[in-house]
Amino acid sequence: MVPPLITVRDLHHTYRSGTGSDTPALQGLDLDIYPGECLAIIGGNGSGKSTLAKHLNGLLVPTSGEVRVDGIDTRDPEAVWQVRQRVGMVFENPDNQIVAAVVEEDVAFGCENLGLPPAEIRDRVDRSLRAVGLESVRRHQPHQLSGGQKQRVAIAGVLAMRPRCLVLDEATSMLDPEGQREVLGTALRLSRQEGLALVLITHWMEEAAQADRVLVLAQGRIVLQGSPAEIFSRGSALARLHLEPPEAATLAGELAAAGLPVPPGVITIDQLVEILAPPP
Amino acid sequence: MIRCEHLTHIYGRGTPLQTQALTDVSLTIAAGEFVGIIGATGSGKSTLVQHFNALLRPTAGHVYLDGGDLHARGVDRRRVRREVGLLFQYPEQQLFEETVSADVAFGPRNLGLDEDEVQMRVRRALTLVGLDPDRFGPRSPFELSGGEMRRAALAGVLSMEPRMLILDEPTAGLDPTGRREILGHVGRLHRERGLAIVLITHSMDAVARLAGRVLVLDRGRLVAEGGPREIFADPARLQALGLGVPQMTLLGQRLRERGLPVRPDILTVAEARTAVLEALRVRGRSHGAL
Repeated sequence: MVPPLITVRDLHHTYRSGTGSDTPALQGLDLDIYPGECLAIIGGNGSGKSTLAKHLNGLLVPTSGEVRVDGIDTRDPEAVWQVRQRVGMVFENPDNQIVAAVVEEDVAFGCENLGLPPAEIRDRVDRSLRAVGLESVRRHQPHQLSGGQKQRVAIAGVLAMRPRCLVLDEATSMLDPEGQREVLGTALRLSRQEGLALVLITHWMEEAAQADRVLVLAQGRIVLQGSPAEIFSRGSALARLHLEPPEAATLAGELAAAGLPVPPGVITIDQLVEILAPPP
Repeated sequence: MIRCEHLTHIYGRGTPLQTQALTDVSLTIAAGEFVGIIGATGSGKSTLVQHFNALLRPTAGHVYLDGGDLHARGVDRRRVRREVGLLFQYPEQQLFEETVSADVAFGPRNLGLDEDEVQMRVRRALTLVGLDPDRFGPRSPFELSGGEMRRAALAGVLSMEPRMLILDEPTAGLDPTGRREILGHVGRLHRERGLAIVLITHSMDAVARLAGRVLVLDRGRLVAEGGPREIFADPARLQALGLGVPQMTLLGQRLRERGLPVRPDILTVAEARTAVLEALRVRGRSHGAL
């Protein structure tokens, strides 16, 4: 079996508040993330999702326990750039992540910091913009772009670093429906085509339903994990965790209860359509 | 209650950054109505609603509250802002007092009401958003969960006892339970207290569940208005506008494409259940089996 790309062992994290009332945000997490998989992390507000995400590329280091990326310990101060090159993050607010005045300069920013030769940077920027479908706006100014385009520029900037893992931390939550479709569609396609591990942190269960695996956090611990079908069949457990299944999963349960032959584990509209109206 | 006539708004007029945010928008919103506003990022939704309580002044055109022009000479615009309450995006960033009660009391106290009336309003407003005044009132706003903080901010607007409540993306960043709670309280304020509600959101599902009428904006123009069933009946057009349709509407449309005769205007899970069972029963009869 392929070894995991990221290993998290007994990870604890406590934010120092300065008032003495420190609250633990993560309380002993164990997790492996494999190359090419799409992992969704869900949980109520304050469950520790974003704290965990920031450990995956060394933006935070463990209070205790260990995170390794490609075997590199994130606590090693000498290796922090190697970790960040391997795991790229895109955050919630599209307006806080663009640093340059022109799209292609923004995409090149990370590579320039790696000290790569100009021809190599040119090549990587071209490929990355093509991969997210934004070649045509390469010379635009960021403020001319839609929210979804800005987030795809951020993804392109990550791709140019040739990462092994892309973490989207609520990266679609401020976008309109078209922007949400663009960003999630781009990330899923890249994950499949390039073997990139994809970590989706989201409050939108319809997004999580498209992952290979779902992890549910509560109070800094992993409380459920499994395939989307397993997780979203557990309506009452989810409600206690401030979550709820996608509407398609709720409907599937109700139709099964009404006697229709809808098997357990149906959680998407595509699945419902195949069952209720199979092609002739 | 609110009427806009040929409303146009231009930001930074006469500067190189001049942008036309709204173009010739005319609309009315009745007292007690629940209106959803949808549109892609940058379509002018937030600019539009800031005219409803006179936070912005039209570049051209007029906005009327109960028939009175908001920008006529002598209009008391503080009164306008009491009657038309606006909850901004991420309102919890504006909580600042040491306790939840003090924060909610801030507005009424500034009205110069006596302290008994202020305290009564604080209790009433917190109760309306599902925060027990005895339990939550004395706490620091910063000890609350994301959803609770958002509801405390909403209580601050409600303590002014407005007749219309405008909510700009009230569920952004909240978990599913937080979303359900805040929208549940908003729905009750509409049904039980008769407040007019204007809801800006990217969630087509929320609009489908709650709104009686939907306004669609595209690049500063009002391009469609109607009941949610009517608006969501044209998925191709909404997609072209950067929008979508509710999950259950999409399911219904996909089933129809496959020849299952469900009704075309399903909005909710309950409606989808009934429609699917009914369509299968009809088809079962015509095929001689279920």
